[in-house]
Amino acid sequence: MAAMSILETKGLTKIYGGLAANTDIDFTLAKGKVTALIGPNGAGKSTFVGMVSGRTAATRGRVYFEGQDISHLPAHRRIQLGLAYTFQITSVFRGLSVYENIELAAGRTLANKPSLLKEKVRTVLERVGIADRADQIAGELSYGHQRILEIAMGLAQDPKLFILDEPTQGLAETEVDDFIALIRSLAGETTILLIEHNMRVVMATADFITVLDQGMVLAEGTPEEIHKNKAVQAAYLGTTVDA
Amino acid sequence: MTSVRKSNILHFGVLAGLVILFFILPTYHVGVLSRVMVMAIYALGFNLLFGYTGLLSLGHAMFFAAGMYGFGLVIKFGGFPVPAALIVGTMSAAALALVVGLLALRTAGVAFMIVTLMFAQTAYLVVLYFGRYTRGDEGFILQQAERSLFGLDVTTETGRYFTAFTLFAVCFLGLAKLVQTPFGKRLVAIRENEERARMLGYDAGRHKLYALIVSGMVSGLAGASYALLFGYVGATFSSVQYSIFPLLWVLLGGAGTTIGPLIGVLFMFYLIDISSGYTNAYMLVAGVILVLLTVYAPKGIAGFLKTRFFPWLP
Repeated sequence: MAAMSILETKGLTKIYGGLAANTDIDFTLAKGKVTALIGPNGAGKSTFVGMVSGRTAATRGRVYFEGQDISHLPAHRRIQLGLAYTFQITSVFRGLSVYENIELAAGRTLANKPSLLKEKVRTVLERVGIADRADQIAGELSYGHQRILEIAMGLAQDPKLFILDEPTQGLAETEVDDFIALIRSLAGETTILLIEHNMRVVMATADFITVLDQGMVLAEGTPEEIHKNKAVQAAYLGTTVDA
Repeated sequence: MTSVRKSNILHFGVLAGLVILFFILPTYHVGVLSRVMVMAIYALGFNLLFGYTGLLSLGHAMFFAAGMYGFGLVIKFGGFPVPAALIVGTMSAAALALVVGLLALRTAGVAFMIVTLMFAQTAYLVVLYFGRYTRGDEGFILQQAERSLFGLDVTTETGRYFTAFTLFAVCFLGLAKLVQTPFGKRLVAIRENEERARMLGYDAGRHKLYALIVSGMVSGLAGASYALLFGYVGATFSSVQYSIFPLLWVLLGGAGTTIGPLIGVLFMFYLIDISSGYTNAYMLVAGVILVLLTVYAPKGIAGFLKTRFFPWLP
């Protein structure tokens, strides 16, 4: 298993003024697979990926990426190692065109190779289906298209690990279908860590599921295992395990 | 025609226009334009930081003054030749920008404005404190003999105009080019959404520091050029007034556009020049027009033209 993992956390903990958002999370992410991170609101999912990506400073614990300890690296250095992150609340360059947004995402590695960069931007635009909107200003796009642009900016970086924080939030059902198809098409290409509330998306895409509850890992396993897990049902339905 | 092509035509057109104006304008306006071009260099430097990187400094006078005093003092006390003194002046401003940047960039937003303002105030007081050398508010004059640039007499109207023009052209084209490079585009990315830029793997802190250094350098070159062309070095140029001017110019001309700084300086100068010809209350006239511009063209003159008519405007 160790050779197959791309990301590992050990004892990762975040305490906000006495309130533990994450407690001692030991987590291993399988390389090349789609892993969904689920849990009720306030379970600490965003805090967890925040600490993995470096946006949030951990109170204690370690993060290993491809075996390398990245606990003390600032966010931009972690991204440079091959991590990509999409925000839960859409965060694009609103004043710039769709094309420029993706160009900036792909440009970290390709900026000095203009022809490759151009090709990359085109490929990504076509892959997510917004090539016809390349010249539009990002801030003028519909919400759904902004979400797609955000995902496209992640893809454009050719990440080794792609972290998506509630990517389908606020999307229409047909857009969710497109998203599922996109994630499936990425399977094998890259490793995906998906925070998701929409169980339809989780069941359709995830190879593995990790459930967080009250800042701790409640259960881990394949979708079938999680589906049958009583503790998970209890956490979601608000009943006790014995009930 | 691509927008890059159009921008090039615009930039060279502006420069060609400035050359032609020298031959057709009366002497008074030629003198005005020399001064406007030097101040436009200052505005260009400010624009890189404010217009492109989104950092509002209220202390840029310290960089202008660093260039001016770096230049003036080594000529007066060191007998430096003008080209070497220009380099000393520019580098003084760059060094100051590095130090100020390392400290001030730990803050953002309003705090950054206040910290830069305080640093500039300190710089102003330093100039006064060392009055023995700087002559404080009174300032000092650089003699004609000390101001020869490769044998060219910059005290004549022609020498001054074309020296100002050359320096302006270099900065104008250089910065227009810089903002088109990947580095320049990343500055805009930081202006638009710093957190997103960081989460694309860009070291926002380092980019901002580099932007501040280049901005300070260009502002310093403007200060040194002013001392060279007008032969005067004085503490007024490090006062808060000279920190506010570039902000006004850039806001009026169009922040984050290549031609905005020149338009802003030109507009502001003639606004005061013409209105003071009619009334003593010229500041009132200027004020009212500035308010109207801010209300109806909040993106400045070039910004207004860009949104309304020429979306390709760089």
